[in-house]
Amino acid sequence: MDHDDTTALVDRVREASAHGTPLRIVGGDTKAFYGRPIEGTALGTRGHAGILRHDPAELVLTARSGTPLGEIEAQLATHGQRLPFEPPHFGARATLGGTVACGLAGPARTWTGPLRDFVLGARVLTGDGRVLRFGGEVMKNVAGYDVARLMAGSLGILGLLLEVSLKVLPLPAGERTLALEMDEARALERLAALARDGLPLSAGGWIDGRLYLRFEGAEATLEDIERRVGGEIVPDPRHFWTSLREQTHPFFGGGQPLWRCTVPSLVPPMAVGGSPLVEWNGLQRWYRCAPGATVFDAAAAVGGHATLFRHAPAGAEVFAPLPAPLMRLHRGLKQVFDPAGILNRGRMYADL
Amino acid sequence: MTPDTALVRDLRDALGPDAVLVSAEACTPFECDALNTQRRRPDVVALPRSAEQVMEVLRTCRRHATPVVARGAGTGLSGGALPVEGGVLLVLARLDRIIEIDPARCLARVEPGVTNLEISNAAMPHGLYYAPDPSSQVACTIGGNVAENSGGVHCLKHGLTVHNLLEVRVATIDGEWLTLGSSAGEAPGLPLLALLTGSEGMLGVVVEATVRLKPLPERVELVMAAFGDVRRSADAVGRIIASGIVPAGLEMMDAPAIRAAEAFVRCGYPTGAAALLLCELDGLAHDVERDLDAVQALLRDCGATQLRIASDAEERQRMWSGRKSAFPAVGRLAPDYFCMDGTIPRRHLADVLERIGAMSQAAGLAVANVFHAGDGNLHPLILFDAGRPGEVDRAERLGADILELCVAVGGTVTGEHGVGVEKLGPMCTQFGAGELEAFHAVKRAFDPDGLLNPGKAVPTLARCADYGAMRVHGGKLPFPHLPRF
Repeated sequence: MDHDDTTALVDRVREASAHGTPLRIVGGDTKAFYGRPIEGTALGTRGHAGILRHDPAELVLTARSGTPLGEIEAQLATHGQRLPFEPPHFGARATLGGTVACGLAGPARTWTGPLRDFVLGARVLTGDGRVLRFGGEVMKNVAGYDVARLMAGSLGILGLLLEVSLKVLPLPAGERTLALEMDEARALERLAALARDGLPLSAGGWIDGRLYLRFEGAEATLEDIERRVGGEIVPDPRHFWTSLREQTHPFFGGGQPLWRCTVPSLVPPMAVGGSPLVEWNGLQRWYRCAPGATVFDAAAAVGGHATLFRHAPAGAEVFAPLPAPLMRLHRGLKQVFDPAGILNRGRMYADL
Repeated sequence: MTPDTALVRDLRDALGPDAVLVSAEACTPFECDALNTQRRRPDVVALPRSAEQVMEVLRTCRRHATPVVARGAGTGLSGGALPVEGGVLLVLARLDRIIEIDPARCLARVEPGVTNLEISNAAMPHGLYYAPDPSSQVACTIGGNVAENSGGVHCLKHGLTVHNLLEVRVATIDGEWLTLGSSAGEAPGLPLLALLTGSEGMLGVVVEATVRLKPLPERVELVMAAFGDVRRSADAVGRIIASGIVPAGLEMMDAPAIRAAEAFVRCGYPTGAAALLLCELDGLAHDVERDLDAVQALLRDCGATQLRIASDAEERQRMWSGRKSAFPAVGRLAPDYFCMDGTIPRRHLADVLERIGAMSQAAGLAVANVFHAGDGNLHPLILFDAGRPGEVDRAERLGADILELCVAVGGTVTGEHGVGVEKLGPMCTQFGAGELEAFHAVKRAFDPDGLLNPGKAVPTLARCADYGAMRVHGGKLPFPHLPRF
């Protein structure tokens, strides 16, 4: 699909702004569970779709926000490229806009970095109906404040993304997944040591006494790594990594609250409740346990933070509280981009 | 202008008498950064030694409604640290402690006055380094790197400052402390660390930074390729990247730059070549070997007239030395030069270089090109003689035309040097009134009274109206600068 719906979207936002009508931005509606529940008239972006530019020699792709994520990944794969942050889809209808607004990354973040690192530019529809373009389609750009990157993970509270330009990377020459038996404490040490040694660890996962390591590189490199790291080769690793990326692994099943803690590497196993699923270099740890301040506090105590990712009981805060000066800045920026406070109000924090 | 005596007294009470300079003699060394054609002697220079003292300076300035400009080592190329009338210059050079190198977690926690290279030097014994390497890395400070989102020659693979920064502690003009980002790599709320990076000291003052360290690569190889024409060389850049190889560095020089560098440092460049590519590969040995074979094949296929692979670290240094001394080398060709910093989509490299060549001829001014080809980041050096009547104007006009060309092909007026005071005019070409108003509003969210580095980085709409009118009428540009560095 290739359709520019900018005019209609601008009209709808201007009208809502004039009447103070709250809007809930909806792409593929695959991540509605993420963030605080909100009221508001649905404003769909799926009619605003299409890949606008992709020149493989530029390592840049620009598309409208309603473009299905799957279409973008297929386009890149045709040219031997990928989205470096391996974003979760959480459903077949996932769109580029929702992916960037949620700012989530999958297993490959271990090696390549978070989603915001790859945002080069964005066209944004603000809450009062202005269409603004920030950043661009080049690798280096320090003209003006980096508002495009500010949109990564902003949950639509500052504006509706109309177009996004992303830096993309080549697919690796090859991949190998190794599995080793060890407890959580040793796995965390091993993950940090691998990062330190400069081995191309493109994904890490630990669950139920088993550490999974995915490496990328030329065949000779992978053979060297096998000898160096040990463990056994996982024959069909795609299924395992997809089950982490898309949260289809049995760990994520059931309706118990799901917590995501991001903590500095080498933080020892945390007594949060139950055995976790650990990802990346030990930076991302998932827990299943009842909500309460204790998880927020436990993560903050070790220099990280917690998010109540799924299955939050009604009324529970899902994001870690911000210190007062930081919250004031958030309110100030909301005022800049959405003065009437109509876009996804409350999705991140109450009244924001 | 005589400094406000109450302000000076308050600053001295907070910092001690030796940390506040007011005499012309003491303040003159701080009158400019590396854009030394723009000078303004500061009325007051404050030299705090700790984060708490930085905060005291900001609180004092706020109380006295006095503007304050933060400065690191003063190596900036766009006048971002130029003092402002009636303001305080806040020099962060004395906050120069490396607080912690944590090799197990691959991170360094430093004060803002620590130089870029000092971080790598301190990490080196642990087999680690700090990846962004601006050419001024011996002198430039990490605080300044954050303010400018500094790059270097290894950005395509290893990222800019924003990609290697984990957490900063910031003092706001409201007298509050902020921690942005996290050493965990993710923080709740909006990604304000990304917004602050490259904000040219206009949103807050960084008093501590935590940066990511990378393991030193197992293997490094450098290939030099000469070409008989610029277009083939530019095509080779696109071919290498489209082939799935991400070089650690991919640099290009044109004939005037090659000849100037060779004459200056005798590094073995082929002076008959129209263009030279330097392609550095790093990583694990097998990966680098595989890519090295592929790069050589591609370069030959693109018509390289000469290929050379550095045989050891020493030869690699020598081959890099020409590129790294290209600015001073070109500087010897004319009394003055003007360094541009536009970025363009790589596919337009050859066309833009040809257009710059034609514009250079039309203006009667020589231009040498040295640039980060892998990133599409151009550094055209416009040569002129300020002593000749009219040449300054012609050089400025040519510079503005080149930046407008960069914007016209989908690029930007500054890739890594920042806007500062130098590119306020060209910013009007790149952004419309809506974006510029949004930038001003973002600043007000952090700094309601406009006291932090006022007048830099984002032009006022009135200034853009003047700039537009002057460009249209082909008159003298409204920025009265003349870069010579």
